Amino acid sequence: MTTLIYLVLYAGGIVFLAGAIVRAIGYARQPIHLRWEIYPVPQGHGGELKVMIPEILFLKGLWEFNRSLWCLSYPFHGGLYLVIAGGALAALNLTSLAGAVGVAGLALVLAGSLGLLIRRLTTRTLRIYTAGGDILNLVWFAATAVLLLAGWVTLPPGTPGPIAILRGALSFDNGVAVSPLLAAGFISGAALIAYIPMTHMSHFVAKYFTYHAVRWDERAAGCVASRMAEYLTYRPTWSAPHIEANGERSWAEIATSAPKGGGK
Amino acid sequence: MKTVPELRDMSRRDNQPLTHLENADLMPLAIEDREWKTLSAEARERYAGALDDTCALNLPQPKSMEEEQALVGKFLSGLDKLFTRENNWTFLQPLVLTMEHCAKCQTCAESCHIFEASGRNEIYRPTFRSEIVRRLYFQHVKHGGLYSAWVHGTIELNWPLVARLAELAYRCNLCRRCAQTCPIGADNGLVAHELRKLFSQEMGIAPKEIHDNGSMLQLRVGSSTGMNAAAVRDNIDFIDEDISDKTGVPIKTPWDVEGADILLIHNAGEIMAWPENPGAFATVLNAAGISWTLSSELAGYDSINYGLWYDDAQFARVAIKHAEAARKLKVKKIVLGECGHAHKALAVIADRILVGDLRIPRESYLTMLREIVMSGRIEFDPARNDFPVTLHDPCNMVRLMGVVEPQREILRKLCPRFREMEPHGVDNYCCGGGSGFAIMSGHNFPDWRFHVTGRKKLQQVLTAFADCLEPETPKYLCAPCSNCKGQFRDMLSYYGLWEKNRILYGGLIELVVNAMTAVKPGFIDWEWR
Repeated sequence: MTTLIYLVLYAGGIVFLAGAIVRAIGYARQPIHLRWEIYPVPQGHGGELKVMIPEILFLKGLWEFNRSLWCLSYPFHGGLYLVIAGGALAALNLTSLAGAVGVAGLALVLAGSLGLLIRRLTTRTLRIYTAGGDILNLVWFAATAVLLLAGWVTLPPGTPGPIAILRGALSFDNGVAVSPLLAAGFISGAALIAYIPMTHMSHFVAKYFTYHAVRWDERAAGCVASRMAEYLTYRPTWSAPHIEANGERSWAEIATSAPKGGGK
Repeated sequence: MKTVPELRDMSRRDNQPLTHLENADLMPLAIEDREWKTLSAEARERYAGALDDTCALNLPQPKSMEEEQALVGKFLSGLDKLFTRENNWTFLQPLVLTMEHCAKCQTCAESCHIFEASGRNEIYRPTFRSEIVRRLYFQHVKHGGLYSAWVHGTIELNWPLVARLAELAYRCNLCRRCAQTCPIGADNGLVAHELRKLFSQEMGIAPKEIHDNGSMLQLRVGSSTGMNAAAVRDNIDFIDEDISDKTGVPIKTPWDVEGADILLIHNAGEIMAWPENPGAFATVLNAAGISWTLSSELAGYDSINYGLWYDDAQFARVAIKHAEAARKLKVKKIVLGECGHAHKALAVIADRILVGDLRIPRESYLTMLREIVMSGRIEFDPARNDFPVTLHDPCNMVRLMGVVEPQREILRKLCPRFREMEPHGVDNYCCGGGSGFAIMSGHNFPDWRFHVTGRKKLQQVLTAFADCLEPETPKYLCAPCSNCKGQFRDMLSYYGLWEKNRILYGGLIELVVNAMTAVKPGFIDWEWR
């Protein structure tokens, strides 16, 4: 049983990493678009970090523009950060601190996900844009937090808790006995972690591109000249008559030729 | 109680609008509202895409189910092309990011002036349009199965949906204020832009004011005003004479001067509608001793580029014409006159497609004008501008190009009673005429634009002048963009704000000339035009 849980945890982590990398590579390989920035554009890596750090740590954008949602979303995201921090502390063998941080994180994830779920289902303007996946995501987070918290609270004295299990997984110590509730919690969590990169929740990857590669990309033409030269050879197939694209004419040929006729 | 439209209503086959707005529904306005001109019953009957109280596209009703299916098929083929690099390398990455990462938190809605002004009407919510496209993307582009349908939601794809989506693409000013506030960085303005492209580039559907009478005319004749080079030169000659008489400072606009430092490109609409604007440019540039010229090349005398709003091919064709005019004259740089979308089109968006010897420096006139005003080369008397002035920030210059301070430095120096609107700069609101709306005038579209898209800006203008609304105090709304000026001209006139409150609109350079001590006082003549 313990071995199985460890394998599921490893698999969850590997799929998560692979999924996030595949997604990032997919976006990075897309063509460089025409400039489409939104100002102000921070200058240099230092300038970008000055914006991104408060955005990542405190969800600054949501705080500024949607305060009531921030009150639910921040506990949720902050809880996730604490859970991650708890895992890191466990790896460092700071077990007491790891336990406290982990429990606080799970409680916040539970409160945040339930709050977001209730708000989504009870606010008409959110509900009518809600699809099954949006509900699934929040329920899954809440259920995982409940299982882990319940497993922890109901743990018989002397039985390994989540921190001990995590440490066991890190050292592949399969002598650690895992209670059924914690086993369910860890399996659910591992599956959820694996699932995240397949969904819009992978915005931790997307935000690098939406900010750095779109909003803030004011690179001059010279920096991207060779890629542009390639794109101008593409042969579009748009079929409106004024485009005069037949699949043989290149983008450059179309752009440098006037459409026939037209103009009243 | 009114029914709130839902996404699935877009596929309704009844050809009835999904919503109807009354003045009582709208965001309150500090002045008396007007009754709307209604869309005629004949237009309702005749055109497809019944969405709201107006009609932008005049889409003919298909005559048979076969025709309907063919149109839906064409839409699907266009949707596919939007997501291929060969067809849409220009915006593929931001579009896919927006499709795949919206958290549906609705933060964007709070920043949208159209949504707010409409009284928070659901169909104007930025995500209403995007969510439909997103569902179509997962269903028909990604070919998601049953699980994907459950995760992402579905929508019935039929001709009524396609027709309504086409109309809905023209209920957004593309100001991208929504994108600015999205915590994820999703861009609902881009979705409207890409939808417009799909309809134009695949289906040949676009407002006639923008396509037939806009970019097509410009590429054929040289200007969307219909003026060829000879007509423009005649007009400029007349303006030179008129402005010389008015200012007492003789001017002669230089044409086709090879090797000039600057090729100035006006929005040719200025030449016809606001001739004092090109006249003011000539006065300032000559007084400052600038080496400059206009071009009589095809499109070289009209900076407009409507393709920016709806069609990448048209956009690129016009941008290249502008650069070719500059290359032919061997000028050092192009300076764009008072036109916001022309700024963004040529200076920013076209940047990466102007390759080789077409890569000629481009600059906003605002930075050049600031340099002239601050240099001391021209003597000014700010007392000549001693009236309340507020500044409208054209979205394309501020939020989308980052030119925020030069215009303010000029106004602070030359206009002692300058006051800001709130919010302003990169947080500004669109005038309501953005993305082509200012020139779209079919049916009752102008009524819709005054009541809905321009409402937030109108409220800002009234608030900025709240301490001096009485007609005894003439006030100047500075709008350094032709499209914005067109919107203000029509909207202030519609609400009678010149007659009732003496609010005049105009450009920035007119204020500069008005303060020049070398010209006769009274360049701004406080007459409505």
